[in-house]
Amino acid sequence: MKGYRTNIMVCAGTNCISNKSWEVKEALEAEIAKRGLEDEILVVPTGCVGFCAVGPIIIVQPEGIFYQSVKVSDVSHLVEEHFLKGKLVKSLMYVPPGEKEPIPKMKDIVFFRDQRLIALRSRGMINPERIEEYIGLDGYKALAKALTSMTPEEVIEEVKASGLRGRGGAGFPTGLKWESRKKAKDYPKYVICNADEGDPGAFMDRSIIEADPHSVIEGMAIGAYAIGASYGYIYTRVEYPLAIKRMEWAIQQAREYGLLGENIFGTGFNFNMGIFKGAGAFVCGETTSLVTSIEGRAPEPRQRPPRTELWNKPTVINNVETWANVPAIILEGAEWFSQIGTETSKGTKVFSLAGKINNAGLIEVPMGITLREMVYKIGGGIPNEKKFKAVQTGGPSGGCIPESLLDLPVDYERLTEAGAMMGSGGMIVMDENTCMVDVAKYFLEFLRDESCGKCSSCREGISAMLEIVTNICQGKGREGDIEFLEELGAAVTDTSLCGLGQSAPNPVLSTIRYFRDEYEAHIQERRCPAGVCKELIQYSINPEICTGCLLCVKTCPNEAIVGEKKRPQTINLDKCIKCGVCFEVCKFKAVVIT
Amino acid sequence: MDKLDEILSKYKDTKGALIPILQEVQEGFGYLPKDVMVRIAKDLKIPVSRVYGVATFYAQFYLAPYGKYTIRVCRGTACHIQGAKKVLSAIKNITGLEEGETSQDLRFTLETVSCLGACALAPIMMINKDYFGKMTPQKAATILRRYREE
Ligand SMILES: Cc1cc2nc3c(=O)[nH]c(=O)nc-3n(C[C@H](O)[C@H](O)[C@H](O)COP(=O)(O)O)c2cc1C
Ligand code: SF4
Ligand code: SF4
Ligand code: SF4
Ligand code: FES
Ligand code: FES
Repeated sequence: MKGYRTNIMVCAGTNCISNKSWEVKEALEAEIAKRGLEDEILVVPTGCVGFCAVGPIIIVQPEGIFYQSVKVSDVSHLVEEHFLKGKLVKSLMYVPPGEKEPIPKMKDIVFFRDQRLIALRSRGMINPERIEEYIGLDGYKALAKALTSMTPEEVIEEVKASGLRGRGGAGFPTGLKWESRKKAKDYPKYVICNADEGDPGAFMDRSIIEADPHSVIEGMAIGAYAIGASYGYIYTRVEYPLAIKRMEWAIQQAREYGLLGENIFGTGFNFNMGIFKGAGAFVCGETTSLVTSIEGRAPEPRQRPPRTELWNKPTVINNVETWANVPAIILEGAEWFSQIGTETSKGTKVFSLAGKINNAGLIEVPMGITLREMVYKIGGGIPNEKKFKAVQTGGPSGGCIPESLLDLPVDYERLTEAGAMMGSGGMIVMDENTCMVDVAKYFLEFLRDESCGKCSSCREGISAMLEIVTNICQGKGREGDIEFLEELGAAVTDTSLCGLGQSAPNPVLSTIRYFRDEYEAHIQERRCPAGVCKELIQYSINPEICTGCLLCVKTCPNEAIVGEKKRPQTINLDKCIKCGVCFEVCKFKAVVIT
Repeated sequence: MDKLDEILSKYKDTKGALIPILQEVQEGFGYLPKDVMVRIAKDLKIPVSRVYGVATFYAQFYLAPYGKYTIRVCRGTACHIQGAKKVLSAIKNITGLEEGETSQDLRFTLETVSCLGACALAPIMMINKDYFGKMTPQKAATILRRYREE
């Protein structure tokens, strides 16, 4: 990046792209060229910066000025003011809720201040499509160090001593996994990066690849050296076109630089890798199915042992974030890493915050931080002054954590004790308008669709649980349903072959554990306290508030709203299909749910 | 049919190439015609049932032609919590399609997907390669009108 006085980093993560950041980037380039600044200012597309809720995001470096919600129509003004006159554009800056003064610098914004970046260490700083920028931030130094000054045993010892545990689910100690595959004397060996990211509502793995693909390649090369592997696969989904494109590009550049291929750093170590595009099945993220899928068959989990071996050869599978941590550990040392976190969970964890939360986005925090800090401090709390109800972690294998446990320090053991799990780090916040029985139903539907059907306990068990929960949502619940769900859940867990079935009852069991009263309201009173379950609610219009503006009448898909102009309207319950459109469009909050 | 031969010869020496082959065939043909699947099976010397099994297991493969515009509605957790169901029913209402269906004029195909990776802007809808965030039933109606009239 020599020669440029300023770099404009434009976020090109998926959330910002959805908000038209690519158009903003092009407009910036055009405007800068028009003003003759193209030799001084460079526009750089980056991966997700993290504060996705307020995208598209632009960071002006080296000063670190943070601009948010930038639209194409803002570009000409921005270039004129900031880059020609040297004046900051206040209207595009972040203003903390309830305050008036905007905060110019990224590092001073609370959302960023309390994070600690290891896996996301280069986020927003480099162009993911240029290997030179990764190398400029000490990229591939850890690989050089490992290859030229450490034995494979020493690399494994370092990873073991760091306390790094798998970031993809179960939290298995990474060093131990490597050690067991190092001992196997059967070649060739493989390393695999699990980028299937099956948790619907998590986007950290794709974001790491989109923002910093080389950190994953470097981690895998180090792991390959440690166990003696010569080939690596990145298993990702076709639904992630941007991640795939950036990874393909990164692999090619690494080859050109001799960082992949034969005789890397002149040490005689050979390692190459490729991408495998799997698709659209949750169970593919489970290691034995993943391997089956790469072998070209429909992925059915296999009984373990035999282990998760590709083509029956020793194979190490780790999650994207796990791999991305490895170069930092080798470079900075196990001691540095193990000082961060809790007794049993070292380092940091990346979480994707979504749902009913103000600062939805991607955060990386030290293990041991409380859920409360994540939700209220970094996450900025719940929108529209609603009341917090639960946070769901661990995806379809995880559980919901209630308000009473918000001070729980986040680590693998604590989350499991609470009936949830770390999982890959998806964190969905729910408020008083979220029905927990409906959430349980949602996960069961997802799991029913995703079960491979090989074992009857998983296939039939999930369907049976779904039927009961659906009945409860429809007001057809019966006394004893809750207890039956608990029994059934325990049976499914005990008798299923793979992790999908074994953990499938978790969302139901954890919502029963903490929100039993909501189940009871559905069953005993035929009432959905959150106002979600269609069969148990009614829409009506409060005549005291209704102004007769007729907006709801125009938007109702079923002509269910009647009344005279400028007079309060009423809903014809026989025609109402409970779509909720009137509730949403009414500006006066005259539509009520009972 | 030489397009198929090209793809097959490209993967001649690759182990476990069935899925990549199907992906490229779909890219080329738009979907997986039956006779093509038979030829792939022959070429790879595997049973047709296995090709068929893989093609039906993965959500990404289409066994019939699909519309000019594929509407993908996210049914992931973040989108569900933010009201994706209401958006989906509005879209069903407007297009007259159920999930997995293609309109007769081959204009729209409607699908639901697990997560589109833009969860911070939930609920999300995608039409071909364009994302639409923070959807509501009304917004969906406005957007669809554009694609319909175009
Ligand atoms: C149904 C199911 C789905 C899974 N999906 C993923 C996934 O999408 N990504 C992932 O990294 N791990 C997933 N896992 C966990 C993997 O089986 C495995 O534990 C992990 O990839 C190992 O890497 P780690 O030790 O670095 O976490 C899944 C497990 C199960 C049972
Ligand atoms: S537990 Fe479910 S997903 Fe796993 S092997 Fe059995 S049927 Fe398949
Ligand atoms: S939109 Fe609200 S205020 Fe207007 S007519 Fe409908 S209920 Fe009354
Ligand atoms: S809920 Fe839907 S169908 Fe019922 S009155 Fe409102 S807009 Fe009409
Ligand atoms: S995608 Fe831009 S901040 Fe996350
Ligand atoms: S849950 Fe819908 S985009 Fe992720």
